[in-house]
Amino acid sequence: MIPSTPNVGLFVTCLVDLFRPSVGFAAVELLEAAGCRVTVPAAQTCCGQPAYNMGDRADTREIARQTVKAFQGFDYVVVPSGSCAAMIKEHYPALFTGEPEMQSQAEVLAEKTHELISFLADVLKVEGVDAQYRGTVTYHDSCSGLRELGVKQQPRRLLASVEGLELVELQEAEVCCGFGGTFCVKYPEVSNKIVETKAEHIEGSQADLLLAGDLGCLMNMAGKLKRRGAKVEARHVAEVLAGKLDAPAIGEGKGS
Amino acid sequence: MDSTAHAFKDNAHKALGDDQLQEALGNLRHGFTQRRAQARDQLPEFDALRDAARDIKNHTLAHLDLYLERYESKVSEQGGKVHWCATAEDARRTILDICRSVDAKLVTKGKSMVAEEIGLNDYLEANGVTPAETDLGEYIIQLRNEPPSHIIAPAVHLTKAQVEADFRKNHSELPPERSLVEPEALVQEARTMLRQKYLDADVGITGANFLIAETGSSIIVTNEGNGDLTQCLPKVHIVIASLEKVVPTLEDVSIILRVLARSGTGQEFTAYTTFSTGPKREGDLDGPDEYHVVLLDNGRSAMLGSEYQDVLRCIRCGACMNHCPVYHAVGGHAYGWVYPGPIGAVLTPSLIGVEEAGHLPNASTFCGRCEAVCPMRIPLPKMMRHWREKEFERNLTPTAARSGLKLWAFFAKRPALYAMLNRFNARLLRALGGRKGSLRSLPLASGWTDHRDFPAPQGKSFQELWAKRQNGSGATPRTPGA
Ligand code: SF4
Repeated sequence: MIPSTPNVGLFVTCLVDLFRPSVGFAAVELLEAAGCRVTVPAAQTCCGQPAYNMGDRADTREIARQTVKAFQGFDYVVVPSGSCAAMIKEHYPALFTGEPEMQSQAEVLAEKTHELISFLADVLKVEGVDAQYRGTVTYHDSCSGLRELGVKQQPRRLLASVEGLELVELQEAEVCCGFGGTFCVKYPEVSNKIVETKAEHIEGSQADLLLAGDLGCLMNMAGKLKRRGAKVEARHVAEVLAGKLDAPAIGEGKGS
Repeated sequence: MDSTAHAFKDNAHKALGDDQLQEALGNLRHGFTQRRAQARDQLPEFDALRDAARDIKNHTLAHLDLYLERYESKVSEQGGKVHWCATAEDARRTILDICRSVDAKLVTKGKSMVAEEIGLNDYLEANGVTPAETDLGEYIIQLRNEPPSHIIAPAVHLTKAQVEADFRKNHSELPPERSLVEPEALVQEARTMLRQKYLDADVGITGANFLIAETGSSIIVTNEGNGDLTQCLPKVHIVIASLEKVVPTLEDVSIILRVLARSGTGQEFTAYTTFSTGPKREGDLDGPDEYHVVLLDNGRSAMLGSEYQDVLRCIRCGACMNHCPVYHAVGGHAYGWVYPGPIGAVLTPSLIGVEEAGHLPNASTFCGRCEAVCPMRIPLPKMMRHWREKEFERNLTPTAARSGLKLWAFFAKRPALYAMLNRFNARLLRALGGRKGSLRSLPLASGWTDHRDFPAPQGKSFQELWAKRQNGSGATPRTPGA
């Protein structure tokens, strides 16, 4: 049963907090428009993936513990990122093997945590949004959302309801963009080769706007597109769905 | 085989600058992935078969001792012999002893990754026995004196033009004006060169895709039929296999075979699936007089019961590397040892040590595509992460990365300080980005800015703006940066 006014805790993610608050506000708007009451616990930082993926299990566990504590008591916890949502949903519980009490709390959190777009589409059964966009967009399927959480059709369905928007499919949309968290700075040349191919596909799509559900991937792709002098802009899919396009696109200046 | 896995970064750098390699990789990236997707779509029970295949191997690994003993006794019953080899050295020695016992000068070889693992060719050659590779891909790389770059397509790093040039150089006795434009012509030429070798060889060595405990048979799958000639014509057949290749029954193997070729090449079945069970029996028209199985451990039994046990389910189909963005970027040689791609990233540290191969489990974006296509459902990213954890525990992680991470974690574990830091960084990076909205260079982040611009923050942290909204009118604030 979905409560009539679901009490949602927003896990902002470290990248949205630091780089692009407008994505957080777009998420809040979408959730509020769908009838949710949104709270943003102050005691959150990052989901812990940088430590987790570098093999630092001890720090990961402490960061996860803090997240589990900060997000108690909500009906749902919603995350505008597939990879951070998957971290909480798929990886937190196993961090606490040997701590049964914490583990069951982590399982409770995992159970009620959702990536933003799939939460709107699958849980709240939102079928359309009240937004407009005049132009052609393409969509990159970020890896964790796609493969760990099954986010694929949901963003496409909701985008189809945006007035004026035309979606063209990206060649190799399901192939990684080469970001990989710390991977992109640990193996910059390899990462660059991967994002270069991605950028070629994006430019080849003839879209004027690239969308995705993860800010990390978006910053990687936007940074590459800009360096190549490409005209394609990049935004988080929530910005378009919420109709919040007043902020310049990712990596774009005020004058653009 | 000597490893250059420690030099992954340098290897990758070279690979990225190699135009011919990049051309060859482009073909692989599309061909294999599309064919696998088609094969999967045409078989509705494909995913159910993957589950069944995984379960068969899990069961086998849980009773590995039992099945290996049963396998050995079946091989003996049929007049063959199993040689248990704990190390690569044991296996090399055993094979050389068998070759010497029949005074072998020339051995033909089918494709075997285990033979690569133990560095068999160099060893035989150094001891006066000439190995002749009969698989087309292996034949090509033997001419070039290179290791394979892929576990099912050893010469996939080469373009057709390179192969043609190698053939012209090495087959100088053939008329120079012959045409080698069609791939068929290359295959035909290699066949011609090999024909006499099949007949002259004293020993034939093949790998094995499976060993069947129920019958004592070994199975190889090929597309050229070279394996059949390699094992039937010489007097002695040596099968070289690692011990996790065993499966209980013919029934089991028939299930796993249904996912093997579909995952690797996208074929429903390989052109040849060859079963061999012991030496020639009375009344058989052909077959070897002696049948030996060299059963290699080389670190695998130590993986049983460890967090890496699942990787022993691997059937070497190649799907994980065919779908890996890192493999697509740098190819197989960059990984520096026998097994490239995601399977190599997990297996290589187990077999030659994480000190040598520490880069491999790190050189992954964790995109998860390997796990998504692995027919045996091996959780490859999870195992790479286990290796990263081992490296971190043992202080093998590079110092700069480690201290950076520790500093970051210090803040990430203290939300109030973290919020202050983000407020500060948001402003600082914003100011550095100026009106352009992105930075072209950033100290300490050259790995990023050498190749791409760095998008600047909007100027204030979300938490800061949110607190304002909560304290203020309740309306969403004007979007920052607008
Ligand atoms: S790990 Fe899986 S996908 Fe990779 S070679 Fe082995 S069985 Fe095939």
